[in-house]
Amino acid sequence: MINLPENELNAAFTASEPTVLSQPNFWRRAGRSLLHDPIALCSFAFIALLAVVAIFAPLIAPDDPLRQFSNGLSYVGAPVSPNGHFLLGTDASGRDVLSRLIFGVRVSLLVGVVATGLASLIGVVIGTVAGYVGGVTESILMRFTDMVLSFPILLFCVALIAVTGPSTRNVVLVIAFAYWTYLARVVRGQVLSIKEREFVNAARTLGVGHVKIIRKHIIPHLVPTIIVYGTLGVATSILIEASLSFLGIGVPLPQASWGEMISEGQQYFQSAPWLLVAPGVALILTVLAFNLAGDWLTDILDPAVQEVGS
Amino acid sequence: MTTPATDVPLKVEGLKVYFRVRRAFGKARSIKAVNDVSFELRSGETLGIAGESGSGKSSVARSLVQLTRPTGGTISLSGAPVMNLTGQRLKRFRRRMQMVYQDPYDSLDPRISVHDAIGEALSVRGLARAEHKGEVIQLLERVKLPASVAERYPNQLSGGQRQRVSIARALAVNPEIIICDEAVAALDVSIRAQVLNLLKDIQHDTGVGYLFISHDLSTLRFMADHVAIMYVGRIVEHGTSEEVFSNPQHPYTRALIAAVPSVTSRGHRRLKLSGEPPDPGNPPSGCPFHPRCPEAIDQCRTERPELLTTDGAQKVACHVVQLGRTRVAASGESA
Repeated sequence: MINLPENELNAAFTASEPTVLSQPNFWRRAGRSLLHDPIALCSFAFIALLAVVAIFAPLIAPDDPLRQFSNGLSYVGAPVSPNGHFLLGTDASGRDVLSRLIFGVRVSLLVGVVATGLASLIGVVIGTVAGYVGGVTESILMRFTDMVLSFPILLFCVALIAVTGPSTRNVVLVIAFAYWTYLARVVRGQVLSIKEREFVNAARTLGVGHVKIIRKHIIPHLVPTIIVYGTLGVATSILIEASLSFLGIGVPLPQASWGEMISEGQQYFQSAPWLLVAPGVALILTVLAFNLAGDWLTDILDPAVQEVGS
Repeated sequence: MTTPATDVPLKVEGLKVYFRVRRAFGKARSIKAVNDVSFELRSGETLGIAGESGSGKSSVARSLVQLTRPTGGTISLSGAPVMNLTGQRLKRFRRRMQMVYQDPYDSLDPRISVHDAIGEALSVRGLARAEHKGEVIQLLERVKLPASVAERYPNQLSGGQRQRVSIARALAVNPEIIICDEAVAALDVSIRAQVLNLLKDIQHDTGVGYLFISHDLSTLRFMADHVAIMYVGRIVEHGTSEEVFSNPQHPYTRALIAAVPSVTSRGHRRLKLSGEPPDPGNPPSGCPFHPRCPEAIDQCRTERPELLTTDGAQKVACHVVQLGRTRVAASGESA
């Protein structure tokens, strides 16, 4: 579930002339394509909705996510099913599921975006240096990347959390440390082809410094790759965070997180299915939205598709 | 040798460029892309280098601007050796020798405007950002482009315009030598003529020396003062443009000239080239041209001819020519 369609992405980018963003009509073309693609449009709308919910969670949530309501449990102590007051019912501690779900968006998005941002930063730096410098430096960096990549990603996170202790910060760091490898590999491949292009040679023969060449002539060409991998990375990170929380080593209790809610909900699956369904559906929709948005970005940023289109 | 060093900005002696190719199984072997190439280029002159693909023309160019490190030989600029430079000295050297690349669609960064592309070169020269604008417009004027081009991006320009921008970028650092590696090969014939005339005008005004690499002999005839013909990493004929084009000696040169419809080959037997140029990783014994040469003698198969001055002024590496061309004359009569 955490594997990326890497081959597909590589195919889309290796042969590419990464000039798409500089096309003067790029944004108009993107807007038009989005209007004709309801699935992508819905995905972006859903992501925007999630962002709004995360930012204004205290205003939107009907209740305090940590408050245990005295009327939140039935007389036998079971969770209350969805009703007029608790729209999505309550959990085993008598807390409002909807409020917890809304505050859970914050955790998911925070972990997803920050971890992916961090992973992209590490991946782009390592991939660019490896690809540009080459030689022994490249070998050392890429063998290290392969080493990290060869660990099963979830097991790797579990092991790291076991050492560092569960906290939101550690979860972000651990996910970033596991995910950067994908970007490093793709970026290295791209840099290898970009640095052979004549405009890079031209800059070198002019006497432009290496740092400036990387900054001005190489990094801008990586932007489409970074955007696509970033979008897919957010989905992956959210899933890893949920998995870690499910295993009880994610964001620490009693903070609401979707993984933790699913974990708790599965114990009451037969008597209180809403505990499982609500966070489960939220998670599926979020991951789906990021993946579909990423797919659309792959298409729109792929010059081969663009040539057919125009 | 007799000319003072200052008159010879660029002097190349015994240049060698070998590439090591490693196979998955088996020994590493070296491909001799350029082998023992020597020439001089004076200020304000143009040296043309011609040859088929794989003859090592571009390797010469790339090693001169130090994109490839030469394996051996010496390169000196205004008398000072410029081999194995690093750091600041390499940067300073690079300014003196510039290159205009073959593919006008790849030699300008598609994400950088013309102003910024030329500005980058001006920054290298040490010009403050505030002075860029005026200088860019002057440079564009010199390559006969309107000032409005400065704000454009490469994908908004035609091939000829892009190549002019490349030339302007090279001129921005005031080089003594510009290497044109197939610089007009990708252009339409009408635009090609304009760009060639532009290059000539620039040479007339600034005294810059050109090393003009082309597979197109009619372009070279138009541009070059001296011509060197390369075959599998070596120069096989080297002389003034007049000597080489009006009185070609080496069978390979004659075949190349015969293959160009617009260049008259009157007075020379038309030679047809058959076969492919040999693999530079595994060149034939003796003269590398002998398998394709209609005039090859036994000596050609075993002994490599040296590049020697003939009765004309040009240098030729051919046993048959050096033996007084008796065989050529004899077979020429019978044909």
